[in-house]
Amino acid sequence: MSKFIMTRRGLLRAGAASGVALAAPMHFIRGAYAEDISCNMPKGDTVTFGWSVPLTGPYADEGADELKAFQLAVKHLNGEGDGGMIPTMKPAALKGNGILGKKVAQVHGDSQTKTDAARDNSKRMIERDGAIMISGGSSSAEAIAVQSLCQDMGVIHMSGLTHSNDTTGKDKKRYGFRHFFNAYQSGVALGPVIGEAYGKDRKAYHLTADYTWGWTQEESMKAATEALGWQTVAAVRTPLGSADFSQYITPVLNSGADVLILNHYGKDMVNSLTQAVQFGLRDKEVNGKKFEIVVPLFSELMAQDAGDAVKGIYGTSNWDWKLDDDATKAFTKSFGQEYGAPPSQAAHTCYVQALLYADACERAGTFFAPAVIKALEGFEFDGLGNGSTLYRAEDHQCMKSCLVVQGKENPKDKYDLMEIVKVIPREATTYDPAIFGGELGPSDAKQC
Amino acid sequence: MDAILLQILNGLDKGGAYALIALGLTLVFGTLGVVNFAHGALFMLGAFCAVTFNKLLNLESVVIDPTQKTAWGTPLEVRTPYIEAWLGDFGKYLHDYSVPASILLAIPVMLIIGIVMERGLIRYFYKRPHADQILVTFGLAIVIQEIIKHFFGANPIPQPAPMAFGGTAYVGEFLGMGQTLAYPWWRIIYFLFSLGIIGAVFAFLQFTTYGMVVRAGMRDRETVGLLGIDIERRFTVVFGLAAVVAGVAGVMYTPILPPDYHMGMEFLVLSFVVVVVGGMGSLGGAVAAGFLLGILQSFASMNEVKAIIPGIDQIIIYLVAVVILLTLPRGLMGRKGVMED
Repeated sequence: MSKFIMTRRGLLRAGAASGVALAAPMHFIRGAYAEDISCNMPKGDTVTFGWSVPLTGPYADEGADELKAFQLAVKHLNGEGDGGMIPTMKPAALKGNGILGKKVAQVHGDSQTKTDAARDNSKRMIERDGAIMISGGSSSAEAIAVQSLCQDMGVIHMSGLTHSNDTTGKDKKRYGFRHFFNAYQSGVALGPVIGEAYGKDRKAYHLTADYTWGWTQEESMKAATEALGWQTVAAVRTPLGSADFSQYITPVLNSGADVLILNHYGKDMVNSLTQAVQFGLRDKEVNGKKFEIVVPLFSELMAQDAGDAVKGIYGTSNWDWKLDDDATKAFTKSFGQEYGAPPSQAAHTCYVQALLYADACERAGTFFAPAVIKALEGFEFDGLGNGSTLYRAEDHQCMKSCLVVQGKENPKDKYDLMEIVKVIPREATTYDPAIFGGELGPSDAKQC
Repeated sequence: MDAILLQILNGLDKGGAYALIALGLTLVFGTLGVVNFAHGALFMLGAFCAVTFNKLLNLESVVIDPTQKTAWGTPLEVRTPYIEAWLGDFGKYLHDYSVPASILLAIPVMLIIGIVMERGLIRYFYKRPHADQILVTFGLAIVIQEIIKHFFGANPIPQPAPMAFGGTAYVGEFLGMGQTLAYPWWRIIYFLFSLGIIGAVFAFLQFTTYGMVVRAGMRDRETVGLLGIDIERRFTVVFGLAAVVAGVAGVMYTPILPPDYHMGMEFLVLSFVVVVVGGMGSLGGAVAAGFLLGILQSFASMNEVKAIIPGIDQIIIYLVAVVILLTLPRGLMGRKGVMED
């Protein structure tokens, strides 16, 4: 009768052999898990997008238009309607049957033009609703807060209307992408035009919304106007969401300034501009020159609310529905037929962002976030309303043309309030990404 | 000199609003002894009377014109406000003057709201502690705010001033000081309007028999009651009057501050400070403190002042209140015995 004797060496050998045998299958399937799984990858036949848009607060008009654009984009991505800009986009992998065979679903929340509400919305949409991509927002403070959250959660953020240099500068994130232009590009575009219109010897007074966008807008406009030879008399910060600007405007009257630069947007800009006009600033003569007002970031929605006060005012825009290219015409037709009004620049950038994300998934052949990021980085495209555009890999900022606009003196109707003065080409607005610093951070996949 | 005059003007229109709200608050406190935290909501309701009136005037007929196309290829919709189609030039005129015209709507609406509020809720709290009154009226203010938010949304709704008064008044030219001193017409009108309303309320209390009885009731409610006068009914009317004052103040303020559901709360806090500074129960004190604090706030917002004390514009009103209460515990014109039990 043989006797089974287990030696210490034998036990070690058997243990090691069992370990290798058990671990072997993991070695072969390891890649399958790690490469394919990132936060909220779709399991069923739909993929969910989350829109965090301000439906209340000073940027509510922009938010409402953004939501309309997102809903139209989902319609077009799912093959409904006339397809909008999908047929004009070049190159495009989109087929108009959803994304990678899955229909697009959507959820949204009101960010109230507040960073904490925007973050809460986005977190809820990621954790509860399973959103794989977050977009929207009309304030840079919101965009920066949400893209930071998205970086932590491993969800791509395609920001909406955000114009601060910081969004793709010092606060840029690997998971954050911006199609909209920025304050620096506004300064570069607007400086020469107002220099030519108002001369080189001017004294400027800035009223600035007191948050990241206002600060960088003020900085960029100071740089642009001081390069022309203008002096900056004062730069005064105003709280976001102020309704009565009289206490800020009255000091302008006796400051010796002959230009007021309103670094305001949305309802802030509507209120500050109309009140500045009511205080007689545009009828004044100071230093032997006619007093002028400049609004560096202009939108047609604001122009509608501000009425006659916008006539003759210079500013910049990311895009305008009156541009003459096929993509703009297609989008304006789609949007106008759906909602009875032309799209704003906020609507345009949000629609484009939704299409660009969907297209990147199709090109990558997966919803796996790091692969989609790679597909977006350095992507060169055309046919989305701004001409030839590059999604720059270094800072995730789109390099493209932008517009200098002016309030029209004799508008045909309430949608014809702005005139395109000049299209500033991509070469002129392109800058070195290093000037604003920041680190993109890692693109590691995360499971939420 | 221009800068100083400008800040005074700037303080007068804000001060006008503070004074009108504080006047109503004091009236209610002096007659009924109630601390009404829903008074700011009445100011807001008045502003929404202007919004409602404007919406009614903006109802329009839509006719499709197949011969004209929009930029997006759909037939053009020609919209004409009914009021202009029915009344022609007078309709256009009414449309332009919708804010002042809406006072005609605001007066009966606010009077009814005031009387219903007093009879339906406030009267049950006459003999309750001030803390109870504050809680119930604060709760009522929140309910009113949420109702307005439900029907009108959360965003401010701009109301235009009439075209003739939408521009600039060159006050400097009028005073022989040149063109540098300019101020918006509507804000000057608001200041004059607030003076008119304050004058009317004082005249009502001072020169009518009804007002005399109310003043007597404010002094000694029980004795007036013993004379056979139904003082409670008169005080109900006074509550309605205070609601009307707050309401018309809100109506006329809409071209200055686009109304939203929360605007009353912003004014209420400042107006309570005004009442305390003026002296609890003193109508004259409320008016004087309203204008005084409005002007001080305006001066504190000057760049020169802010350069010396940053942020002073945000705290000046509260700072003045602290100083006045330390030196004059009853406020500027407060009566002995009011809220001292």
